[in-house]
Amino acid sequence: MSEDLTQVNSKESSDESKYAASARAFRDNVSRDLANDELRANFRGAMDYLMAKRKDAFSSQDELEMLRYQCKLIKQRCLAKLPYLLEELEQKLEQNGIKVHWAETITEANEIIAQLIAQKNGKSVVKGKSMVSEETALNDYLEQRDVECLESDMGEYIVQMANQHPSHIIMPAIHQNKQQVAKLFADNIDDFSYDTDVDVLIQQGRKVLRDKFCQADVGISGVNFAVAETGTLCLVENEGNGRMCTTVPDLHIAITGIEKVIEKLNDVPPLLSLLTRSATGQAISTYFNMITSARKKGEKDGPKEVHLVLLDNGRSQAFADEELRQTLQCIRCGACMNHCPVYTRIGGHAYGTVYPGPIGKMISPHMLGLEATSDLPSASTLCGACGEVCPVEIPIPRILLRLRKENVKPKNQQPQIMKGQGAGRSSVEAFIWQVWAFVHKSPTLYALSMWGLTRFRFFMPKKLGPWTSVRTAPKPAAMTLHERVKAQKAKQLQAAQKRRV
Amino acid sequence: MNKLNSQHLRSYPKNPKQVYLFGTCLVDSFFPDSGMDAIELLEREGIEVIYPQGQSCCGQPAYNSGYQDEAKAVALSQVKQFPLDIPIVVVSGSCGGMMRHHYLDLLDDVPEIKGFCDRIFEFTEFLVHVLRLKIVDKGPKEQVALHTSCAARREMGVHITGNQLLAQLDNVELKLHDYESECCGFGGTFAVKHADISAAMVADKTKHLLATNVVKYISADHGCMMNIDGSLDYQEESLRGQHIASYLLGRIKGKESV
Repeated sequence: MSEDLTQVNSKESSDESKYAASARAFRDNVSRDLANDELRANFRGAMDYLMAKRKDAFSSQDELEMLRYQCKLIKQRCLAKLPYLLEELEQKLEQNGIKVHWAETITEANEIIAQLIAQKNGKSVVKGKSMVSEETALNDYLEQRDVECLESDMGEYIVQMANQHPSHIIMPAIHQNKQQVAKLFADNIDDFSYDTDVDVLIQQGRKVLRDKFCQADVGISGVNFAVAETGTLCLVENEGNGRMCTTVPDLHIAITGIEKVIEKLNDVPPLLSLLTRSATGQAISTYFNMITSARKKGEKDGPKEVHLVLLDNGRSQAFADEELRQTLQCIRCGACMNHCPVYTRIGGHAYGTVYPGPIGKMISPHMLGLEATSDLPSASTLCGACGEVCPVEIPIPRILLRLRKENVKPKNQQPQIMKGQGAGRSSVEAFIWQVWAFVHKSPTLYALSMWGLTRFRFFMPKKLGPWTSVRTAPKPAAMTLHERVKAQKAKQLQAAQKRRV
Repeated sequence: MNKLNSQHLRSYPKNPKQVYLFGTCLVDSFFPDSGMDAIELLEREGIEVIYPQGQSCCGQPAYNSGYQDEAKAVALSQVKQFPLDIPIVVVSGSCGGMMRHHYLDLLDDVPEIKGFCDRIFEFTEFLVHVLRLKIVDKGPKEQVALHTSCAARREMGVHITGNQLLAQLDNVELKLHDYESECCGFGGTFAVKHADISAAMVADKTKHLLATNVVKYISADHGCMMNIDGSLDYQEESLRGQHIASYLLGRIKGKESV
């Protein structure tokens, strides 16, 4: 495994992720969702709320910056030792009786999980919230094999009922308002009549889920931090559903990405504190589960077997490049999307990827290849709001710039760092920039082109492509600044000479 | 400590006699008044302003589009235009951010690049931290808004300096608009490549600026202003932006504010 990590992931997954197709449709998705006023209002309201909550969660800017710096260093240290920590994690987990499985692709991950379930003749699964299982489209895979999967996180439960995907990594159903959820429940749950009281809705959901927890054969969860030192799987949640999934069914399968491993138990408190405050503005989540073994002899509850599936799915491609590796520092708090003016406008589904927003733009190209995601790196003004709030100080705008570069590189240029390199390159655009550079690096040609632009300004078209669909065209000046400065200097010189005479 | 913060902590030169002005390609071709006003304002403070005629563009358009080789060729040609060891004042936060921070990566094989980047100052940053400009406001009473560009705010950390300068104007009341720190949706080629998202963003920005009922809004970046003004003009609104150099000069000279 450790040797594999330094290699670019060249192994294609056998069946392309369904998300590749939806990511390719980014532009159509954007048009669709920008036109949906209700959706836009839902996102704006929710993002305003989450931004305010985060802001109130830190006592001072200094405290926040100190914690961000500390957590960045923790994650960078852990990534620097990633291959070794993964081996240590495997060893410690196995000592604790937790079986570790390695999956390079999403298909491998799904196969492993399906096999584990089949070995126990499992027919029904309850799931805690796991974005990595969204990444592998696990629910679809299992349902095709007659295993029923029920999402037990309230947001995920709503999204699953609506036959949708999460639109936010922390708040999966944030794109829906309470009226929409009330209607969904009324349409789908027997004996439930339309009610927009949020508490009533939540109680209704919990009632359905409670029975399912007791009936399910298998619980599947994600992992927030996997501690190598002790072989501990940490799970952050607010609803208690994570604890139910990981304790009630006889078989617990956890799935996570390889970047979630951290070195020491001591690394957990600062990361946890920053995660919950950055995500929802909570000082701590309602539940924090630390899973270190299956049920031990003499214990009355807990699963009889615990497994961990560690998924690569393009992460080792990011790991192999020092700059892109910073993408893996992410602790999935969602603050970047909460603060992103693009995400706020288009919402989470428009991206077409599992992970939306700035983190989605950074990580999805590694998972799906640049060919499917070539519109994503440019879909940012590089305003930097994401980088400013990222709890582990990922320089998100810089990484987007880097992805833009990989996206427009000549396809065969070596070294090939990313799958789908050069997918966004158009010969016309490349030619335009070559001409642009040729003109702008030559003072003579630049002066000539500016002279032309200002002298023939009345010939400048009133329509300038998409720019003028919502704006008027700017008007070139009569004289350039270069010319005006020159003329002024000449005048000053003349005046000075006159005085001398 | 934090990179974003530490990059704002810098030492400033004392009493420079001469400075270079980097006018930016946008000001050069579309908004030369702002460049002339910046020069006049600096000259009134006793600074000799050198405007190298060989300058063109900082290279940001190609850089942000991923065409780094092309950006590098242009960036390199710019570095050569500013040989003297004197401050380079840039009348745009985003071009300033490009030259101060991104040149370090782009031109990492140029030995003197660190020294060059250390000489880059955004215009309002220079007025506040180097000149320590004191303004006597001779303009009429009015209310204005301030739009700080994202690059000025997050790359250069100079959103505060614009506020500090406007706060010195006794007759001017600064009105804060909603979502003041949010991007206007320009983003260079973003506005063309993702025109519909950009349109949604500038629609919100103009809405929030219009809600303040100010006579004009001030900015230190013509990129944002070209976007916002273009949208306001299209909506047939009379509100317009003015570069902070022109605005401050007008207040100092006491000419009627338009």
